[in-house]
Amino acid sequence: MKNKADVVIIGGGIIGTATAYYLAKSGIKDIVVLEKSYISSGATGRCGAGVRQQWGLEMNCALAKGSVDIFENLSKELNFDIEYRQGGYLVLAHNETQVEQFKRNLAVQSKFNIPSRLISIEEALEICPYLNTDTFVAATFCQTDGHANPFRTNFAYAYAAEKLGVEINKFTEATDIIVENGRITGVMTDKGRIDTPIVVNAAGGYSKDVAALAGIDIPTYSERHQILVSEPIERLFDTMVISFQIGIYTQQVPHGSIVMGISEKEEPSYNINSSWQFTEYMVKQAINILPIFKDLRIVRQWAGLYNKTPDAQPIVGEVDELPGFFQAVGFSGHGFMIGPKTSKILAQLIAGMEPDMDISPLSMKRFEKGELILEPSVVG
Amino acid sequence: MKREDIVICRCEDITLGEIRECIERGATTLEEIKRELRCGMGPCQGTTCMPLIRRELARYLCMPVEEIDLPTKRPPLIVSKFESILEGKESEE
Ligand SMILES: Cc1cc2nc3c(=O)[nH]c(=O)nc-3n(C[C@H](O)[C@H](O)[C@H](O)COP(=O)(O)OP(=O)(O)OC[C@H]3O[C@@H](n4cnc5c(N)ncnc54)[C@H](O)[C@@H]3O)c2cc1C
Ligand code: FES
Repeated sequence: MKNKADVVIIGGGIIGTATAYYLAKSGIKDIVVLEKSYISSGATGRCGAGVRQQWGLEMNCALAKGSVDIFENLSKELNFDIEYRQGGYLVLAHNETQVEQFKRNLAVQSKFNIPSRLISIEEALEICPYLNTDTFVAATFCQTDGHANPFRTNFAYAYAAEKLGVEINKFTEATDIIVENGRITGVMTDKGRIDTPIVVNAAGGYSKDVAALAGIDIPTYSERHQILVSEPIERLFDTMVISFQIGIYTQQVPHGSIVMGISEKEEPSYNINSSWQFTEYMVKQAINILPIFKDLRIVRQWAGLYNKTPDAQPIVGEVDELPGFFQAVGFSGHGFMIGPKTSKILAQLIAGMEPDMDISPLSMKRFEKGELILEPSVVG
Repeated sequence: MKREDIVICRCEDITLGEIRECIERGATTLEEIKRELRCGMGPCQGTTCMPLIRRELARYLCMPVEEIDLPTKRPPLIVSKFESILEGKESEE
């Protein structure tokens, strides 16, 4: 392991590895990634990997659209197949109030050239013939939404970063961040010290602990979210089906299995055990919106951590009180889909380049000022 | 048939060659190989393939087989139908 670096990134999920890749691409030389376990061991390797541009806030629309533009060419750029597919996202509206909210969302989305639209029950059935029409009144659909293979995306960024000279240290934990005279001078790990002026907190579910190593208090917390997968079956539909009201998402992945998750009431914790309560609740809600699922067979279920913030938007950028300490945390359940663009902009900020877009509203300062704008369209 | 073409993971149809490539790219744990290639994610949950892949990885890393951790098995350990979960049955008739 190097004992000196220009940038040390803590976390080997999509955010840490993508930031390392974009930094290396911009010409920064000595970059070290620390991952306390293996690559993709965190939320990235446990997520639904859905990619949706149908958001209610401009910031999320911009980051999601920007990420889709990257995802579309990513297999080629990184020379590794990330299995990105654009089967669309179908968002169910269960009542007229939701239809009105969705119309407002669509107006925001159209500003970013996101090709989403309001559709009737009949049109929804053309896209997914198995929907239970008793459960919704209308829907929105965006064909360019989709999903990628989360493991392969994470590995693709890691391998590409390594090819550009990034040192990735697996099974290496950051145990302290050394601050002298108000500036970062190094990171302690369980394998020794690395001198560095810049540290990036990309620790996912452990973001609060890592910020605390630098003496910084951040308002993130973690929450268990569970997910399950069925045996592969014949092709049923290509779209992701979601409902904000029920907190459910489900889709058939290219491999043929059906992946589904649902939000439950959870206390903040680091618990990632599976529960049978989830299985029962998930199965019941899934069969309700898609009755054909009653014949599915479950093969596996697991859980991961959502790292949440009070307004369900991430914290991204440099910390004012501690120059050299950058963060990209608190993705609140949508860090995969906005990961590529967010990481690219973060790398631009670290490298002192002009960023593609202004993300200063994602600074931590918003919590002090109380300028919270809640995203209306989250699952979870 | 070449050695590389031998199917190691029958559930997910993964060959020895694909596993070797993955190890050469830098995977050092069975969890990583499972995530990259899907082997171990099939209905048998890796009962068939993981011992073989473990031996292959141990040989490459020059480590004793016992020192390579086996990946987590995810519940349920028997494949059950949604309908029977809903009805609270243990397994299918
Ligand atoms: C069940 C579930 C479903 C989801 N579905 C979606 C979805 O459909 N679409 C979507 O966009 N998002 C989804 N998400 C959210 C998404 O997974 C996350 O927002 C995203 O993966 C975050 O990436 P990350 O790199 O920040 O974190 P992670 O992937 O968690 O990576 C952080 C890494 O940091 C490491 N680490 C922590 N502390 C230290 C330390 N001290 N030293 C060294 N390493 C450390 C951890 O081991 C971990 O590997 C889902 C999440 C869950 C749990
Ligand atoms: S043989 Fe590999 S999962 Fe069954």
